[in-house]
Amino acid sequence: MNIAIIKYNAGNVASVMYALDRIGAKYTWTDDEKIIKSADKVIFPGVGEASTAMAYLKEKGLDQLIPTLKQPVLATCIGMQLLCKHSEENDTECMGVFDVNIQRFQSNAVKIPHVGWNSIKAQGENDLMKGLNEWEYVYFVHSFYAPVYQDTSAVCDYIQPFSAMLQKDNFFAAQFHAEISGKVGQKIIQNFLDL
Amino acid sequence: MLTKRIIPCLDIKEGRTVKGTNFVDLRDAGDPVELGAFYAENGADELVFLDITATIDNRKTLVELVKQVARQVNIPFTVGGGIGSIEDVSALLHAGADKVSINSSAVRRPGLVDELALQFGSQCIIVAIDTRFVDGIDWVHTHGGRNITPIKTIEWAKEVEQRGAGEILLTSMDTDGTKAGFANQLTAEISSNSSIPIIASGGAGTMEDFYDVFTLGKADAGLAASIFHFKEIEINALKNYLAKKGIPMRI
Repeated sequence: MNIAIIKYNAGNVASVMYALDRIGAKYTWTDDEKIIKSADKVIFPGVGEASTAMAYLKEKGLDQLIPTLKQPVLATCIGMQLLCKHSEENDTECMGVFDVNIQRFQSNAVKIPHVGWNSIKAQGENDLMKGLNEWEYVYFVHSFYAPVYQDTSAVCDYIQPFSAMLQKDNFFAAQFHAEISGKVGQKIIQNFLDL
Repeated sequence: MLTKRIIPCLDIKEGRTVKGTNFVDLRDAGDPVELGAFYAENGADELVFLDITATIDNRKTLVELVKQVARQVNIPFTVGGGIGSIEDVSALLHAGADKVSINSSAVRRPGLVDELALQFGSQCIIVAIDTRFVDGIDWVHTHGGRNITPIKTIEWAKEVEQRGAGEILLTSMDTDGTKAGFANQLTAEISSNSSIPIIASGGAGTMEDFYDVFTLGKADAGLAASIFHFKEIEINALKNYLAKKGIPMRI
């Protein structure tokens, strides 16, 4: 199988590559349109800030390419947020695969960012949590979130319920870091590769 | 529910785990990769690797070690010890570390925290604070707690948060090694005034000490070394104990 990891300016993807190594999957880290288009699976990872990440994707034309991909795409963390319609983080227009707006957590009572292991629960159609328990713990680090809406495929609770995962057609997204979420994260990645 | 985290800390010297360990079931308890993987399999929520030699010669060894750990370990891990520049951090993150921890270098040049947060994101920058109570006040110390600074711990914690630290690793030199419990009062004061997670370190001797640091100390995570290495406390047993007492834990 031919996996493309999208190369852009959002953070460090070493953990994602090592997670794929542990599973024994081969991948290419690339921003080349042809390679991305012809891959069997595409992973769109990222840690970073929305507006600078979107600016870079636009410069490379990747903002046009990504929403048109037909193979299974897995977006994580900022990757997931960039697939939504708009982000409150520096008022950023995103790619709009998922018809939902990213908001900032607001609370005087609990800490922001949301950092650590929290439980998620599958909801509706969720192909990536197959073979897992109804509730599982995964590792989060984020200050912005997607509210729960029709494409939410797993819910987490922090301040209020929010989308831990989204799923629509060939697009799969996780707010948490599956690559460092222990055996649960490994199973989620494996399920994506098995699609 | 967001859980409290239990973090074993491995001290590394020239690529090997120091402080003897009591893991008879490991082939080589001095191998940080094997020990780290063992902890990841047995309930640890995160790992911290602290390079206690941290000379330039050892940097390459450390980067190699980080690569091996990253290949084996599927939970977040932090690397600390002697990190003083953007280049150091870049090398460690690219090798697969999820976070880095800086200490004396941030005290020497506080702007480093801003630079690292801007370059790599706050989520991967932990500022470690070594503190000691002297003449009625908690002061920041450097160089493994040997040197006192004119900086008050409470104020430094606020400052590093404002500069972009993603988490604070607070080690009390007063309790470290005593096994008499964490510095709960100071930890609580810092945690209450902070929006970023506080990892408490120093003084863990019993399971109850962890209960206290999460309740009285308001810590988000508890870190310890020897009690885990010598199997005085097993992490899974500790987490079950805490969960039974109502502390949210990933079991």
